[in-house]
This record gives sequence, structure tokens and C-alpha cells, in this order.
Amino acid sequence: MLKIEDKIFQNLHGFNDPFLEGTLKRGTWSNTKDLLKKEPNEIIEMTKASQLRGRGGAGFSTGMKWSFMPKDTGKQHYLVVNADESEPGTCKDREIIRNDPHMLIEGCLIASYAIQATKCYIYIRGEYYFEYEQLEKAIKEAYSKNLVGKNACGSDFNFDIYVHRGAGAYICGEETALLESLEGKKGQPRLKPPFPAGAGLYGMPTTINNVESIAVVPTILRRGSEWFKGIGEENNTGTKVYCISGNVNNPCTIEEEMGIPLKELIEKYAGGVQGGWSKLQAIIPGGSSTPLLPKTICETVKMNFDDLKKNGSGLGTAGVIVVNKDFDITEVIERFAHFYKHESCGQCTPCREGTGWMHRMMQKLLKGEISPEQMELLENVTKQIEGHTICALGDAAAWPIQGLIKNFKSELLAKYESKRIE
Amino acid sequence: MSEENLITVKVNQKEVQVDKNLTVMQACEIAGEEIPRFCYHDKLSIAGNCRMCLVEIEKAPKLGSSCTMPLMEGMSIITNSEKVKQGRKGVMEFLLINHPLDCPICDQGGECDLQDQAMYYGFDRSRYSENKRAVENKNMGPLVNTIMTRCIHCTRCVRFASEVAGVPEIGMLGRGENAEITTYLEKSITSELSGNVIDLCPVGALTSKPYKFKARPWELKRTDSIDIFDGVGSNIRIDSRAEEILRITPRVNENVNEEWISDKVRFNYDAYYNQRIDHPFLRKGKKLVASSWGEVLKELEKKLSKSSPFAILGPHTDLETGYAVKKFMSNFGDKRVEVRTDNQTILLNNNQSFTFNSSISEIENSDLIILIGTNPKFEAPIINYKILKSYNSGFEIFNIGEDINLNYPTNYLGKDLNSLKDPVLLKKIKSARKPMVIVGSAFTSFCSETDLTSLFSFSNVNKIITKEKNDLNFLTPYASRVGQLLLNNTQNINSKPMDLVASKFKDGTYDTIISFNSEEISSPLFSNAFKVYFGHHGDEGAMSSDIVLPSPLFTEKEGTFVNTEGRVQLAYKCHNTIGESKEEWKILKKLSDLIGFENNFDVLNDLRQELLENIDFSLNINKIIKTNAAEYNQDVIFSSNIFNYPIDNFYMSDVVSKNSKIMAKCVQEILDKNLDKVVNQ
Amino acid sequence: MSSGHPGLINDFIEKGEPFHWSDKNLKEIEIIKSKYPEDRHQSAVMPLLYLAQNQNNNWLSTECIEAVSKALAMPKIRVAEVATFYSMFNLKPVGKNLIQVCRTSPCMLRGSKKITDTIIKETKCGINQTTDDGLFTVVEVECLGACSNGPMIQINNDFYEDLNEENTKKIIENIKENKPNKVGSQTGRVSSENA
Repeated sequence: MLKIEDKIFQNLHGFNDPFLEGTLKRGTWSNTKDLLKKEPNEIIEMTKASQLRGRGGAGFSTGMKWSFMPKDTGKQHYLVVNADESEPGTCKDREIIRNDPHMLIEGCLIASYAIQATKCYIYIRGEYYFEYEQLEKAIKEAYSKNLVGKNACGSDFNFDIYVHRGAGAYICGEETALLESLEGKKGQPRLKPPFPAGAGLYGMPTTINNVESIAVVPTILRRGSEWFKGIGEENNTGTKVYCISGNVNNPCTIEEEMGIPLKELIEKYAGGVQGGWSKLQAIIPGGSSTPLLPKTICETVKMNFDDLKKNGSGLGTAGVIVVNKDFDITEVIERFAHFYKHESCGQCTPCREGTGWMHRMMQKLLKGEISPEQMELLENVTKQIEGHTICALGDAAAWPIQGLIKNFKSELLAKYESKRIE
Repeated sequence: MSEENLITVKVNQKEVQVDKNLTVMQACEIAGEEIPRFCYHDKLSIAGNCRMCLVEIEKAPKLGSSCTMPLMEGMSIITNSEKVKQGRKGVMEFLLINHPLDCPICDQGGECDLQDQAMYYGFDRSRYSENKRAVENKNMGPLVNTIMTRCIHCTRCVRFASEVAGVPEIGMLGRGENAEITTYLEKSITSELSGNVIDLCPVGALTSKPYKFKARPWELKRTDSIDIFDGVGSNIRIDSRAEEILRITPRVNENVNEEWISDKVRFNYDAYYNQRIDHPFLRKGKKLVASSWGEVLKELEKKLSKSSPFAILGPHTDLETGYAVKKFMSNFGDKRVEVRTDNQTILLNNNQSFTFNSSISEIENSDLIILIGTNPKFEAPIINYKILKSYNSGFEIFNIGEDINLNYPTNYLGKDLNSLKDPVLLKKIKSARKPMVIVGSAFTSFCSETDLTSLFSFSNVNKIITKEKNDLNFLTPYASRVGQLLLNNTQNINSKPMDLVASKFKDGTYDTIISFNSEEISSPLFSNAFKVYFGHHGDEGAMSSDIVLPSPLFTEKEGTFVNTEGRVQLAYKCHNTIGESKEEWKILKKLSDLIGFENNFDVLNDLRQELLENIDFSLNINKIIKTNAAEYNQDVIFSSNIFNYPIDNFYMSDVVSKNSKIMAKCVQEILDKNLDKVVNQ
Repeated sequence: MSSGHPGLINDFIEKGEPFHWSDKNLKEIEIIKSKYPEDRHQSAVMPLLYLAQNQNNNWLSTECIEAVSKALAMPKIRVAEVATFYSMFNLKPVGKNLIQVCRTSPCMLRGSKKITDTIIKETKCGINQTTDDGLFTVVEVECLGACSNGPMIQINNDFYEDLNEENTKKIIENIKENKPNKVGSQTGRVSSENA
């Protein structure tokens, strides 16, 4: 269990003042000037050494990502922070932004310095209006104290930071769709290559990071890579903010060690499964895109990138959605199918046409109207989408259904049989 | 393609050497592998959205879209594996689930990419048992018919509108499966090139309104021809059935029109059968009365034997007709033909003073373009597209004349050519790699000889003209102009040729005017003259004449045209002449025989043979006639600042288009509703 | 499609009143534009659409779209594309209180169906409809990102979390009676802490 002093987000729940006065007490902005005296490369190396992996879902090494940025191009570099938190089951960045926005702002400054970006845009989902206001207020504070702006924190580094509001499109959480949206277009993912590090926002070298990834960086630099690496396991290090929702007694968002056993997370923090652990049906461990885990796996699986992957799912955004036996698991997945149909950008064929088809079949499945042959077709359709689209939304739409069929096939077929007999 | 740019890749284990800047799709094509596609189009930006062109790259876990994928040395591309086939089959199925099965009533049937590719990649039955999507049709104007349920969202039309037509008016609204292609509030597209979206649409979502339900592609006879409604000479393909033209589409010519044509030539063909002069007419008193060839020829013989005629040539005159006229008129004296009916100023000893010297394909390579008295949007939409290409590459376009809308912003310099001498501009011209000047007839019809020589001197000094190139261009809106000028069908005077004609009619030197399809015959200049009109449409020109002789349209005879850059091109005969009309050279032959002039043209080839013997340049089909540069080194003095643009209504710029009901509809639905935007300001 | 989610309809041919930017918003436009590079004013299209929407009773008429198009020298169809793509730009008039009920699985598992039913009953307003008095518009939306506080709804800019039938009813009642509502958790939580 994570020691209290190892918690990075000391005001995650907003019990204390989220703004400058409060955050200074928590150590934010304490020696930022010194951190900015390091060579950019040193910051990148330290981040790499901490084995921090991106908290937005893909789990790619944050330090490595920064090292892809070209050096000495003479071009404007950008840091873009992805605060378009929209993955169902996920509400972690929200707590960071509204309850300790300065941690994010400081992280933006340092990360921007590391990649030599003098401008940073934070793209926050449009629905987070209160969070947007909190962030704007904090940025205003930071400007007024010259923590950001010209010669930020008394360094030689000039840094501007802006907030850009999204307007209700899940797809803008995809990094290139986010860039398109930021450029004033529809949020349709770009073709890659070119990758953002080469040609991102306005065609300039750009790094896009998740809020949590950025917000933990100053603490890592202050307390050292070794400290961060010492939490969790090799390659799955540090602390992690988990969101627990669904059929638990106390849904919550908490920070714990990377790799905490799923069962411990639920029992200790969320007050256990509604009706008791024995009533557990399945858990979606990392937001809607990750395939569900049947109860047997939930007993032992650890909440980190590699163990979840090994068990046929993924850490994703660590949005844990618990489903007990009072609910039809098919409906949970059917609603996700509706979600992906609703959020498909419509750009490429398999996703535009396939998400609708899948959802309509899921509706039938929910009613028990899907024969074994049609179930095969449904699975086949998910395979026809998977890997054939421009961005990962197609995959994300396919996986939950694949997970459902994989783990609950006999139940689904039984439903069809009983419906037929009726 | 230089050596260092070559890399070796494998396509289905076969090694090929290709330029490293190509895409995987292009490499596959070079290796002879056909890749199916819907959204990819080589003239448009890459969208990568249809996902039909999936290929496998050895060692890569996922299939990738080949149209978007850059090449890498040693890459091994697989296009025929089971994985690829399954991938494409899957995409095809997705495209078809919401596509209606209305091929039997779809105009695209028989030439539909979706239909064709479904034959290779489609299942033989549908596995989709849900309801299909229905999309409401959208208005896109009088030319483009929409059946939007058929749309597969490839966005070719969206990209075309903004990248080629230069009017970002088509877009995809909404998202996901509810995304729909439309124009803003379903307004008509205001482009002169809008019809091209019909060809671009890979399915039957955008089809031709005038061609709707007219024919199936396999019933049509194809005839290759040339657009004669502007000076560009776009290559067209005429599709006809029996004696009727049913549609006109572009033919690819990368040097001229690439694969686009203007809406005028695409859609004005209904006029080919409307208001046609189908037999000879003779003025009896105040009225034109239907007559017979025998009667009019006799009348003409009588008239011409004792008169002093002068001939003017219209905008659609082919070389053969021009030569026949020249030969016929020489019987009455020297220099009795004029093609410059708009008073165009040229320099007689300098063929470069009336041609588009850079060549059309070079426009997009220019990094600074100055327009003087030309509205390419109306006078040559294809050339306007080429200028847009230069603009889209980030280069500046300057404009002298009226401040007109050209679909791209111009740096307006006013009406005085002396603004060319502005030091800032001169500096820009000096530092440009390939500065270009395009002069239009709005200026050359009013400028003086000195203005013209000054333009040449200016261009010599500022390296617009060098020993290697001449980027001082004259753009004519008329298909006949360059060819007839090269044939010397003009008087011995640099400027104001029509003033000279007028004075000779006034002093009695001439008393009879013969017009070959030139509407100028109705001008007050000739109010006292006896008027003979050769033409195909009964408009003002014919109405004002004393004898009217029906002649065929360019689709009813074979003819050679020279476009504005001096390119020689052939228009073939598509069907027989309408009514009693006869080729001009045949009539002139008959008349010559009657009057007793020498003329031994029995067949068209006789005429062509003699034409070739009597010109000092070589005529090679699809080649540009070489002209020689002359040097000018005199003071640069500009005096003219009169600009009168020849076309203020794109859709009705000539006697044919004026008689097209489709063009009339365009005026009504596009021009009248977008007055602020389309018409000269 | 006019019965759909007001933010996700394509046929936004609803004409409104003539639209002119307020003086305050004209200044605001300049501030917004200055956030983005000189030649990238198109980036400001979403903030400007918000601005127009706020000035226009929370919906975008064609006049608003054209005003944004003009302010940014952007083709109208491009502005329309953006306006129709994002669900938060309402393309037809909405009630004074736009109630968005989260319907996605995490909230569903905690009883969002009951919340939806309660809201329909209390407001007497169907999904995607607006009450005759213009007080409410009710829509069902996808995940609003407050999953640990589900079920939850958003009314205009404010989140109401940890809902049950009673507190939902109270919220609607308060609105009807013009009384203020406490924003956020309705069960006394500060945020999403483990109680």
C-alpha cells in the first residue's frame, strides 16, 4: 500500500485550497527555478529513468516520447496537454485539474522546457466547465507571480500557456484529432506518419501528453527517478490515480501504487462489490475500451500495464468499472457500443459503418435475439474493424464486444435458447 | 528522377526501384499491382479514409492504407495475401451495408467504382440484416444531381471544391454514421468547374442533372474533341447516341486540362440542338426568308462578282475554315480577313505577342504571378485553377485592372500599369525564381503598341523573358485567335484593326461584310454594308444579315484548333450536320467555282495539304508551335488604363452558350443568387 | 433528424434573430484570437462558437455561424462542419436549463435509468424535447467524465453528482421554484473521495 508521504497528489480530493497559497504549502513551485537550470536533456533522461509510462492509456514511456522531439530546428515547438478526459469510467484528470491545477501548470512548464516548447495548450473537454474555470484561475495566478510567462520562475525560459475548450467529442482524446480540433477543424484523426513530434500542431514539432503524466513530472524530478521507480515493479513504476465506478459500495478516485491488486483496490477503497465479492460478475479494468475481466481473473490480477495485458485486457486509463450479477453484462457492453457509434468521427469506413452495425447487433443480443451464427458474424464484424481504421477508436469499439463474447459466450447462447423456447 | 532518390522495395517479393518520395500505392502500381481505392485521387490531397487500399507490410502487425504510407528502403509490400484480401473484403462489406442496391436505376451503373470493385471484393450476398441508412438529397445547383444515400464519404468532392475549384463550399457535416456531404445551407456551388465532382464521385451520389436517366455508358459512342469555348482547348470526350450528344466529359491531358473541364463545355451541349440555323436564309425586304442553297449561292455569286467584300472570323473558327476563307478572300485583294474583332493589339512581327508563351503546364511552377487585364476565372477556368495551384503553394498573385474575385486573394495594384515599377514589387520580381505575367484581352483590346513593347521591355529587364524562357503571356479567351493569327488572318496593323476596317467601310473601299460565325457583324460599323453570315445559331449576328448560310458546329465536322499556348489539337466529327448546313470550305469551293476563282479542294485533305505548304511553321498534333523571341530595349512607358473585360457572364459568353437552357438555368440559380460573389465587382 | 440531440443535428436550417456581436464579445474575440498564432485564427472557431452560443440563448442559429465565419474569415461550410461535429454546439433552441443525463455504463450501473425517469416525470419533458415554458430541455448524453460520482447529470455548465431519485427530484423542484441548487455531490462528498 502506498505510503501517505509517497502520494504525489496531496490534494486529489480538494479538502484543501486548490490554488496558489494552498499548493505552495504542498511543495508545488518550490524550486522550479533550479529544475529549469538542468539541461533539457537531463530532464528527459531523468523522466526516462523513472520509467514513467503515459497515463492516457497507451502506456508509452513519457521520457522516450519527449526524446523524439527534434532538436535545434529553429521551429516553434508545442506541448499539448490532453485533458479531454472522455473514456467512460475515467475521471482522474478532473480531480487533478480542479483540486490542484498548479501541479499541472508546473508540469507543463517543466515538460515544455524539456522539449523546448515555449507554448503549451491544454485541451480540456468542454463539459468540464468548472475545471476549466479552476485552471484558468490558476494560470492567471501563475502569470501574476511570473511562474509562467516571460522568464518563467526567474529562469531564462519564456513560456506561455493557454487553455482550449473542447466541445463534446470523445474522439478529440485521440492525439491527432485533438490537434485538428485545436486548429479549428472537425476532430478527425490524422494519418500517421507524419507523427506529431515531426509535424504536429500547425505542422510544428509537438508532444501530446496526458494530464496525469505531466502533473507527476515535477515531483519525480524533485524526489528523484529512483524514488518513483521504487514504487511498483520494473516497467510498471510509480503511483497511479485509479477511478472506481459501477457496482461498488463507495465509488471513488484514489491514488495508489502502480500494480496494486485489483481486488485489494476494490475491497480497501471502494468498500467492496455491492452485495459482496461473490456477487461480482466482471470488471472492466481500464476504461470502456479495455476488454472485461471475468471474476476468476479479478481475484489475482494486478493493476499495471503488463499484468493486465497478460490477462487479456489493459490498464488503459485505470478507470475500473465493476459489474455485479444484478446487471446484465450485455447491457453494459451494449451501452459502450452505443457510445462508440455516437462518438465515431465518421472519417474512415470500417469505424463509421461498423460501429453502427455492431451496436444494432448488440441491441439484438441484449434482447436475446442473436443466434450462434449471428454471434459469429458479430465477432467477425469486430475483427473487420480491428486494425483497419485510421485511429484506435475502431479497435476500442471492437474490443469490449470481443471480450464479452470471449468470456460470456455460453451465457449469451443460453439467453438465445431460452428466448427461442419462449 | 535522380539516382540518389531511388530506393529498392519489394512488392509481392518482386524487387522494384522507385523514387523514395512515392507512396506504397504508387510503388505497387509501378510494380504492376493494382490497388483498389475510392478516396485516393492523384490530383487531390490524400485523405486515407476509405481504407480500401490496405496492404500488408512484412513484419508489421497491422495492415496499412497504401495511399498514405511512405516508402522505406528494403520495405516488403504484400498485396495478395489472405490477410489483405480479408481486410479489403471487410472494408467493401462496410461500404456496401448502407449503400442502396439501386444500381439498375443509378446513372453511375456500368461505370461505377463501387460496382466494379464489389465484383472483386464483395460477398455474393448480404450479411447485414439491419435497416439501411437513408440520407436526404441535397441541392448543389443546376448541374450536379445528388442521391446522397449512395454516398460513401470518400470526401473527394470536398477536397476538389477547396483544392481545385478554389471554392470551399462543400463539406461533411455531422459525424459518425450520420455524417453527410452538403454545401452550406444547400446553396449551389459557385465554381466554373463544379461539374468535375460528377466524374470524381466514385459512386452515384453526385451525377449529372442534365444527363439524368439519359443513357447507359455502353450505349454511347465516344468521339474525341476539344473545348472551343475558351482559349485553353481542354480535351473533351463526347458521348453520343445516334445523332445526339448526350454528355461531354474530360479527356486527360496533363499538359492542358489535366482531367478537368469547365461547366460551360460540359453542359452547354443542349444548345447544339437549339435555335440552330438549319437552312439558308435570304433577306427579302425586312424579313429573312427561308431559302435554298441553289438560290442563295446564285444570289451570292451575283453579289460578290461586283462588290468589295471583307471577312471577319468568329471565336470558333478552325484552321481549315480559316485557310479556306483566306484563300477565297485573296481573290478580292490583299489582307481582307480579320480575326481580331475585339481590336486586340499585337506586334505583327512577333508571334509571342499574342500567345501564352510559358505554356499552361508551367503556370503552377511560377512563384509570382501578375495578372493584367484578365479574369481567368471566366476566360479560362482551367488556367485559373493552375494559378490557384501556385497560390496554394504559398505564392503571391498580383492583379492590375479591375479588382475581381478569382477564388483566391490577389494583391490588387489598381488600374495603372506603372505600378509595375513600384520598387517593392520590382524587388519581389527580382528575387522570384519564375515570375510570370499574364495579360488578358481586357487590356490588349485597348492598349497601344507602345504599351505592348513596354511590357516586353519590362519583361526583358526584369528577367521575365530570358534567352531560355518567356514568361510574358497573352491569354486569349477565344479558341480561334492564336491559330488564325498564325495563319496571318489579320490586317497589316498592330493596333485598332477594327478601326481600320470601319474606316474602309466608311470610305467605300469595302461594301460587303462576310462573317464566319462572328457576332460582330451586327455592329453599327457595318450598318450600311451588305452582310453575309456563316453560322450555326440564329442570334443577333444572323438576324442582322442579308444572307444567312447554315454551317456546322465543331462537333459536326473535323477541325484543327490552336490553343492559347500555341498547341495544335484536333476536334473530330461526332455526328452529321444538322439540317442543310455545310462546311464553310465546301461552300466557298462551290462559290469559287461559280464565280470562277481557282480552288481545287475536293476533300478536306486537299485543303489541309495546301495549308501545310503555305505556312512557315510546323503543325504537329498535341505539340506547341515554336515561336521566336524578339528583344525589346526601349523606355518602359505605359499609358493605357482602360480595362474592359470580354466576359461578364461566364455561362453566356458566346453564341452557343447563349442558346443553352442549362446555361440559362446556371445564370438563374448560381449567378443571380450570388451576385456579390461571382460577377465582376 | 430534428428530433435528435440538439448538438448533433446536421440540418441546422433554423434561422434565428439577426445576430450582432455584443461590444463585450467583440473585445473578447480579439483576446481569444491572440491566444493563437497570427495566421492561425481558425483555431479560435470553437471559442467563438461558444461565445456566439452564450450570446444567443445557448444555441447557434445560421446567423451565429455566419458571424463566426466572418469574424475569422473562414468559409461558412467549415464553421458549419465544426458546429455540427461537436455535441455541445446546440443547433436549435434549447430550454433555459439544458439537462444532460449521462447514460453510459458506469452511470447506468448506478441507476441512471431511474434518474432519467425521474427527470422526465418531474420536468414533464421527453428526451430531446423542450418544455413549452422553455424552462427545460432534456437530453441523454454519453459519459460526462464523473464516473466515480455516478449517476450524474449536467445542467447547463454545472455537474450534479451522486444522484438518487429524491435528490434529483429536489434539484428539479428548486429550479422550478427559482431556488439555488448545490452543485456537485448531492450526498455531501467533497469530490470523489472514498467515503
